[in-house]
Amino acid sequence: MTEFLAALSDPNLPFFRYALLTGIFASLPFGIIGTFVVVRRISYIAGAIAHCVLGGIGLGLYLERAVGVTWFGPMQGAVLVALLAAVVLALVSRYASQREDSVIGALWAVGMATGLLFIAKTPGYVDPMSYLFGNILLVSKDDFILVLALDVVVLALVGIFYNKFLAVCFDEEFARLRGVHTGWIYLLLLCLAALTIVLLVRVVGIVMVIALLTLPASVAGNFSKNILQMMVFSVLFCASFVVLGLGASYSLDLPSGPVIIVIAAAVYLLVILSTHIKKIFL
Amino acid sequence: MISGQKNRSDAISIRDLSFSYDTQMVLTDVNLEVNSLDSICVVGPNGGGKSTLIKLIVGLLSPDTGTVRVFGERPEAARLKIGYVPQYAHYDPQFPISVFEVVCMGCLGGSFTGRYNKSDREQVMKSLATTRIEDLAKRPFSSISGGQRQRVLIARALASRGDILILDEPTANIDHESELHFFDLLTELNRDMTILMVTHEVGFASTFFKRIACVNKQVVIHPTSALTGDLIREMYGGGDLQMIRHDHCCSSEGHQHD
Repeated sequence: MTEFLAALSDPNLPFFRYALLTGIFASLPFGIIGTFVVVRRISYIAGAIAHCVLGGIGLGLYLERAVGVTWFGPMQGAVLVALLAAVVLALVSRYASQREDSVIGALWAVGMATGLLFIAKTPGYVDPMSYLFGNILLVSKDDFILVLALDVVVLALVGIFYNKFLAVCFDEEFARLRGVHTGWIYLLLLCLAALTIVLLVRVVGIVMVIALLTLPASVAGNFSKNILQMMVFSVLFCASFVVLGLGASYSLDLPSGPVIIVIAAAVYLLVILSTHIKKIFL
Repeated sequence: MISGQKNRSDAISIRDLSFSYDTQMVLTDVNLEVNSLDSICVVGPNGGGKSTLIKLIVGLLSPDTGTVRVFGERPEAARLKIGYVPQYAHYDPQFPISVFEVVCMGCLGGSFTGRYNKSDREQVMKSLATTRIEDLAKRPFSSISGGQRQRVLIARALASRGDILILDEPTANIDHESELHFFDLLTELNRDMTILMVTHEVGFASTFFKRIACVNKQVVIHPTSALTGDLIREMYGGGDLQMIRHDHCCSSEGHQHD
């Protein structure tokens, strides 16, 4: 751990500080949106959006390197495709409820496929591994600024529409009968989830996004009496998982994404086990 | 004509309505008039169209033909005048939320942000008092009993400040004692609210209701006094049936069962 602290204060390793700060500040939207994803039980939708992101990254890389578009890179592609996927999924849940899971599955795979096709046609070597499994140490200053911007957007929108988000998650039909435009609120929720996921991909990669979005909230759910409490706890859990994971990955010389996920999963397992044991003995 | 129109006009008026899911006809030739301060019980076999009828009245579904009017308006426009109590069975038991927060949802609507003000919170406390569950306000919704949860959902509907109370199978999963209290509560509420309640158990069509609507593709109205074993058997197509006695006389139209 001392090496980790030394690395943080080393002026020659600025990326390390960015990685840590990004992880901590990104925990805010992860915890807040993760809570909604868990209680609304839409982690599979979050998974589909995450995998579609590869399509956007591929498109961005292709346009940037093969076509020479300077203003459209992987990040812009990821944001665009994630939002597009959110809109499609919101429409699907509204108009094709019976076949929703098939569409989600298709979108999931098609996003990956197009991404890999674009990457195949992009000149030069592109390693999809860092997108699939994440590398928080590649996070730049621009990414950190994007995270701060997302913090503001998520806090503001959830703060303003908290009651409506809560109602749509708890009882959508009732909310609709109270005149809430549930379709729009749900779309807004999915779009916020999409933006959050794009940032998560930087930290843990496409494949492990669902885990870091849902595990902190699931752990927090065990201690929380209401959604607000659950959000605060999941932000704290998420931040500690990221910090511990980064520290451990540095000390043990292991990739950061998987270490973060394994720590989160271990804590989740411990919490589940202890609540069961408590139930048996008390 | 204009003054007191709300009291004189029908709370709910359905004319020549039919509805089908894809090709399957669910309701045909439905005509139903519910007056203000009426209390009407909607019974019928599973799959007979009870829930569909309710969804048409609150505007979650639109009829293929015919019209639905609530206080003379389209259901979508009149939504805020209806307090709706859904079946509670489908709630996620792990959802972390307090009783107070659930009841607050009745006050949604109207405002853009959905934030609650002081009068909303007062209305919530009043609704909790009416349903006699003030002391549960801070408890988690998941930790209370079935009968209490039913009261919470009724309190939420009351917090909506509506003129019509619509309940969808509220007595499912609650014990006999809660059920008795439940009808006391409905009697109290019926003094200034129109009540429409769905149940698939005819046994719950107790003396409380003024009229009974039998829904099985068609809707036929009976005064509660006319509910006989033959009639029920006809509606449900035979089988073991629980009978109940009705002494209540109904002033409104009965019907001929030909």
